[in-house]
Amino acid sequence: MRSVGSKVTGVAGAALLTLLLFPIYWMIASSLTPESRLFQSPPLLPSTLSLDHYRALFDERDFLIPIRNSLVVAATTTMVALPVAALCAYALARLRFRGRGVLLALILAVSMFPQISIVPPLYLILRELRLLDTYPGLVLPYVTFSAPLAVWLLTAFFRQLSPELEEAAMLDGASRLRALWDVVLPLAVPGVATAAILTFLYCWNEFLFALSFTLGPERYTVPVAVTLFRGRYQVPWGQVLAATVVATVPVALLVLTCQRRIVAGLTAGASKG
Amino acid sequence: MAAVRIEAVAKTYPNGHRAIRHVDLAIDEGEFVVLVGPSGCGKSTLLRLIAGLETPTSGRIVIGDADATGLPPQARDLAMVFQSYALYPHMSVRDNLAYGLKVRRLDQAVVAQRVADVAAALDISALLQRRPAQLSGGQRQRVALGRAMVRQPKAFLLDEPLSNLDPALRAQARAELRRLHRRLGVTVVYVTHDQEEAMTLGGRIAVMRDGAIEQVAPPLDVYARPANVFVAGFIGAPAMNFVPATLAGIDAPAGAVAGIRPQDVVLGASGQLQAVVDLVEPRGHDHLLHLRLDASGVPPLLAVVAGGAPPALGAGVLLTLPRERLHLFDGRTGTRLS
Amino acid sequence: MSGQATAIEREERRLARWLVAPALVFILLGSLVPIAATAWEALHGHDLRLPWLGRPFVGLANFVEAIGDPRFTSALLHTVGFAAITVPLELGLGLALALIMHTARRGRALIRLAALLPWAIPTVVAALVWRFMFDAQAGIITAPLRTLALVGESFDWFVHPLAAWVPIGAADIWKTTPFVAILLLAGLQTIDPALHEAAQMDGAGAVRRFGTITLPLLRPALVVAAAFRMLDALRLFDVAYVMTGGGPGTATEPLSLYAFIALMQRLRFGYGSALSVTVFLLTFAFALIWVRTLGRSLVGDRT
Repeated sequence: MRSVGSKVTGVAGAALLTLLLFPIYWMIASSLTPESRLFQSPPLLPSTLSLDHYRALFDERDFLIPIRNSLVVAATTTMVALPVAALCAYALARLRFRGRGVLLALILAVSMFPQISIVPPLYLILRELRLLDTYPGLVLPYVTFSAPLAVWLLTAFFRQLSPELEEAAMLDGASRLRALWDVVLPLAVPGVATAAILTFLYCWNEFLFALSFTLGPERYTVPVAVTLFRGRYQVPWGQVLAATVVATVPVALLVLTCQRRIVAGLTAGASKG
Repeated sequence: MAAVRIEAVAKTYPNGHRAIRHVDLAIDEGEFVVLVGPSGCGKSTLLRLIAGLETPTSGRIVIGDADATGLPPQARDLAMVFQSYALYPHMSVRDNLAYGLKVRRLDQAVVAQRVADVAAALDISALLQRRPAQLSGGQRQRVALGRAMVRQPKAFLLDEPLSNLDPALRAQARAELRRLHRRLGVTVVYVTHDQEEAMTLGGRIAVMRDGAIEQVAPPLDVYARPANVFVAGFIGAPAMNFVPATLAGIDAPAGAVAGIRPQDVVLGASGQLQAVVDLVEPRGHDHLLHLRLDASGVPPLLAVVAGGAPPALGAGVLLTLPRERLHLFDGRTGTRLS
Repeated sequence: MSGQATAIEREERRLARWLVAPALVFILLGSLVPIAATAWEALHGHDLRLPWLGRPFVGLANFVEAIGDPRFTSALLHTVGFAAITVPLELGLGLALALIMHTARRGRALIRLAALLPWAIPTVVAALVWRFMFDAQAGIITAPLRTLALVGESFDWFVHPLAAWVPIGAADIWKTTPFVAILLLAGLQTIDPALHEAAQMDGAGAVRRFGTITLPLLRPALVVAAAFRMLDALRLFDVAYVMTGGGPGTATEPLSLYAFIALMQRLRFGYGSALSVTVFLLTFAFALIWVRTLGRSLVGDRT
């Protein structure tokens, strides 16, 4: 009885695995297929491989620019959002203060806001401040929207650390802030790393704000640049797919190296009940 | 070294839980006082109030000559050994020991000297480079102790520091603690739920229940003259037997309760009471008998019988409750009757 | 209250305020104030292409216009319909995937990787790849269907108003089902296997055990997953924009996209803001209902 069950699971598992991974495989395979073969009925395994699309991507379209933009924005956001979130999370996890419940509810609420609802005034404000089409113009909304998840994650993480360590440090004469720096943060590295990864992923993938607040190819992030690839007459699928592969590489690397961490972070963030 | 005074302290948590109802306790300089009681009695809360990790709802904590109630833990110059030891896992043993001194900006040479001295005193000099995770339970306990000693604080607060050790190690650690206290003459407030530990370590023990101190006195006094039924039943193992005073043949106010320790029950050829042996527990050196009295409504009496030939299971025995060994308590309040 | 003791607590509160301040500033400036500003803007007539008309206060006129706007009602229908169809599908498929991941003995790491990649990939990338796969000419999905004569020679998913939803749904389900699976897997892993063993000894078969042990204990995780997915589905934008641009015509235009077009393309900021507010109200209404039913079910469970 067991073996039949596990065979069925095995087959189903393999089927699901294929379904999940096939589009990615197809994306890579197609990006390596020369233009001429792209629009005929393509075989599952490409026979000829060509790097034409990638060459065009970087020579003609200078895809390095969006990559640079995305990296700068994601890195800056992460470097701003993490300390902000960590301090807030520590206060939520350890200190007693009025309005704690309200703050938690607020943070939860912000993560539920539809981004489109924020676009009009932010657009106008950024326009006034001449921050449209600049890095800071994107970092502000990104920090606002990535911080809640980071706060949630880090609060859950800090709660798991034994409060006795900080108490011992305080009895040793350390102020709360000193105890945070000397004792809590070194032990919080896994949590902070996870929050950083999730923040980075959020920024790398974000589309609506980038679409609304950048005006030209000089500041487009990767998702925007990839979407706005319009040939004059037809979508240049070869290059688009090559671009999607390039956009996926950093993400894939992160996921490959930090699988466990990411899953732990997601489930911790989700079990807010 | 300083004296610690707890004056009319009470602590009620925001959710309504009254952890400490009312405590007055004066601990002399250099004294070793043990707070003992069942879980939830408030002993750990009291310790944390002294440490400053909790703030009292009312009352004062006085350390030395100064009112410390408004002082944060950092400013009280106390050292605490936690039940879990709370060693900084990312620091070496040496850094753990030195942390409190470094935070107070002591001179490097002084820090090094004190760390070396304490390490030598506790025989952990060989472990200075290691991390807490690499140490055994007993070693961690000594490092936790060392971290407290190195600070030369006004008083030591110990929160069940031995409960995580193996029983064999516990006895040894207990003896070491006594020796250290004799040598250093420090003020110690020690919390435990183990009444045997309290008896062997304390210069005075404070028996706590439901947020208040039931009795505070040297161990033998508490053992010989417990102030009420609760203390009588809590201190001493196996626990004291309680029977109606009339059953014990005592002329006492109505409803009074008489207590007698199992070791004091006398089995013999003659006796005032009849009982049947319900259970025999061999303890090696002696036997613990559960005796069912002929009188109804009385729980089984425990008696300790020395030697190797206890009465058989089911046998009928005669027992005496010597008058001079009885403790009399009021039936309603539980307080000791003279 | 012991006056000196409160000094310590006051210090703690002061420190907390400082620690929380930066996050609070970002939240206030980055989302609370903008939301209020959007709501305020929605009450004005503001067309960036007609600046000489100024910015008059028009009350609820924008909302009234929206109610009478057939494009708005279609978009609303699209959004709610899309959510109502895809979310249960994702929950079901996610549960199946989670069960497989849970019972799989070998290749667990590979499966986890396969589950994480779709989630981690930018939504626009997923949309583009699936767009490509559904493409009338080059698409690997369309071609075999044509060969099998299941569809006509000139069939193009993106030309047909209803069929165009299929690629959108496929992309969204592909991208989010693994995330749901991961959430549910975590829930599965908290179920004590001893419960299943006891039930087995009591004679319960796999299906019965699933219904009476697994599902009920998985309810909290299911509720959380459902809530997340629902909120995201109501805010659908990226996939629709990239795959179809809302087309053909406006057949696949969700509410967020219509708001975006009104704002950024037609530059009608007043009207677009009103549309944005309705998206907000939609998610808010859902969140409210969810919290209410969740609260009630939690209290009810305490019997």
